[in-house]
Amino acid sequence: METTQATPVKYDMEVVRWFTIAAAIYAVVGTLIGVYIASELAWPFLNFDSPYISFGRLRPLHTNAVIFAFGGCVLFATGYYMVQRTGATRLWSNGLAWFTFWGWNLIIVLAVITLPLGMTSGKEYAELEWPIDILIAIVWLAFGLNHIMTVAIRKTTHIYVSNWFTMGMIIMITYLHVVNSLAIPVSLTNSFSIYSGVQDAMIQWWWGHNAVGFYLTAGFLGIMYYFVPKQAGRPVFSYRLSVLHFWALTFGYVWLGAHHLQYTALPDWTGSLGAAISLAMIIPSWGGAMNGMMTLSGAWDKLRTDYILRFLVVSLAFYAMSTFEGPVMSIKTVNALSHYTDWTVGHVHSGALGWMAMVSFGAMYHMVKKLWNTEMYSDSLVNVHFWLATIGTVVYVVAMWVSGIMQGLMWRDYDEYGTLTYTFVESVSAMHPYYAMRAIGGMIFNLGAWICLYNVVMTVRQASAARSIDAVPAKA
Amino acid sequence: MSDHDKIYSTKLQDKVERSTVLMFVMTAIAVAIGGIVEIVPLFYLPNTAMSGGDGTFNGTAHKDGKGNIVSMDKIVWNPATSAHKTLEDWQPGDGVRPYKPLELAGRNIYIREGCFLCHSQMIRPFRDEKDRYGHYSIAEESMYDHTYQWGSKRTGPDLARVGGKYSDEWHRRHLKYPREVVPESVMPNYFFLDSGKVNVEETVKTMQVMTIMPFNPVPKTIYTDAYIDGAKTQLDGKTEMDALVAYLQSMGNHIKFEEGVNYRD
Repeated sequence: METTQATPVKYDMEVVRWFTIAAAIYAVVGTLIGVYIASELAWPFLNFDSPYISFGRLRPLHTNAVIFAFGGCVLFATGYYMVQRTGATRLWSNGLAWFTFWGWNLIIVLAVITLPLGMTSGKEYAELEWPIDILIAIVWLAFGLNHIMTVAIRKTTHIYVSNWFTMGMIIMITYLHVVNSLAIPVSLTNSFSIYSGVQDAMIQWWWGHNAVGFYLTAGFLGIMYYFVPKQAGRPVFSYRLSVLHFWALTFGYVWLGAHHLQYTALPDWTGSLGAAISLAMIIPSWGGAMNGMMTLSGAWDKLRTDYILRFLVVSLAFYAMSTFEGPVMSIKTVNALSHYTDWTVGHVHSGALGWMAMVSFGAMYHMVKKLWNTEMYSDSLVNVHFWLATIGTVVYVVAMWVSGIMQGLMWRDYDEYGTLTYTFVESVSAMHPYYAMRAIGGMIFNLGAWICLYNVVMTVRQASAARSIDAVPAKA
Repeated sequence: MSDHDKIYSTKLQDKVERSTVLMFVMTAIAVAIGGIVEIVPLFYLPNTAMSGGDGTFNGTAHKDGKGNIVSMDKIVWNPATSAHKTLEDWQPGDGVRPYKPLELAGRNIYIREGCFLCHSQMIRPFRDEKDRYGHYSIAEESMYDHTYQWGSKRTGPDLARVGGKYSDEWHRRHLKYPREVVPESVMPNYFFLDSGKVNVEETVKTMQVMTIMPFNPVPKTIYTDAYIDGAKTQLDGKTEMDALVAYLQSMGNHIKFEEGVNYRD
């Protein structure tokens, strides 16, 4: 157990260390699977005639690995880290925190086994079968209980803003996971949703968009509100803006799911309502992004030397960009073009790579230094990682913008005789260069993740070596 | 006044921030509202294909060009009023029906292989989609689809009305080695479906489960006990390829769409 010199409070940080290292590993694994399936779309021979690695089975593994393995471990690590430090207290239960560590990793292992075997519930972003869903609920509630109880036993008067966001995420994800996963099993590895058609679609996208809105946004905004001020060494720009940001986001974000179902068989009002609130959400989202950015005012020069801060700031730029792009895509006329195309995939990745992964890397580097009480093994490797992540994301997103808009335009194009200009497969072959470009963008990003893992491992080894040297005179 | 007692926002916000319970409760309420408003009505409003078990479809009333209401029996197959009384007698155009055993087994494979990740089953009401795929999809067409398969991405074409468009033989060749039929395709080869046998037990269990669904179950008058018992013989010796092709061929030709009817209103 560590004792931090700066404060007399003893924190439970060992579990945070393990979650941090797990996150660094899963960042590599998750994006590697992503690169592989992206390559399968560009060069289909890579399916190698094996059912287990065919696109349809690996794609859920990719999304689960990046969202739940990488993103999840980041959220657990930062959640436990922030709630202790902002409350000046230890965890309510260190044992329960370890339970969540092993439980969550068990879930990930089960996902790695079951998804390639084709055991899937067939719901996008909620593919895991019912026994694993139950396990997720148990581990998630354990995390929620531990987090909220730790907030309750805090030594400070006010609950810090980061913990509001984490709490919002915990509550909403519990609602979503339970309602969306309700199914009747036919066997241990197969089940069917209790809802069908229209209702199933709405509930699925209520889940789908709020997994983005709460798991990947609220949770990571909590990270932003703690790690940006910490790394910049300045207080949050505006406390009042953060209050507005939080309540507008918690109330507003849950309405957006319906915009995924524009022009489908749902009643028209649902999609329109989703789109209207989506547009309104630009205001709190940009308010939040500005709040993070402006925290740096007076400290902008730090960007020249502080590579960790670069991650955090660029993540906010991508957050602002994605939260503008999303509402635009939810407008009916735009959605008519963008829906079903790669544009959506590009949008997801500008959020997932540019915002979520970047802010995670920033937070991870910050925590590694504090948790092992050391400097990074190599600051220049952090910088290299930063550039690889940024360039990789941009290449990926640009490729998908071009291919997405091209698909949309090709599908609706008519020739002078009033017949469709292109067959569907012509649009498929036109995508090839962009699919290759996307795979390359992903590779660049993945290379950065490898460098991060190497740097983190070397930093930890360096810190452990230093500690064992320190230990000698202490004994004497 | 110490710094901790100063209120920087409003009295209410300050109170909430100081109390774990209040913060929890307020947040729990704030995040619940949107979902309730958007989801709950879909179980009660017309045009959402909720039969409520009694076939009334919550007052759904599609009207033809003259303003006459189109009977729901023309849209959703009802053995009681239809000339065709059993699933075996059912003809395309009789209305939306539940899946036959082999189709249901095929649908299971469709889900297992993640087909929905590249193929949508939801045609939007646009001119180009009508020309490419056919009439726009309507709510009733997926009312028996427990775990809906609308998809969100078209790396490949929409399949909502693929039934009857190609021959069984075309599907078999295409599924086995797509690039032999469509050279530019990026679809994986599914030749292994030819050697896989349909899981009879699981398919029968699936039929039973479909009849006990809390929302839009398959009526017991269609999946009668005798019919479910008879499924075993229908499925015996069938390959996964047979099942998937049967499923694909069953899609999109259930309703006879008429000109001038707004099927989403």
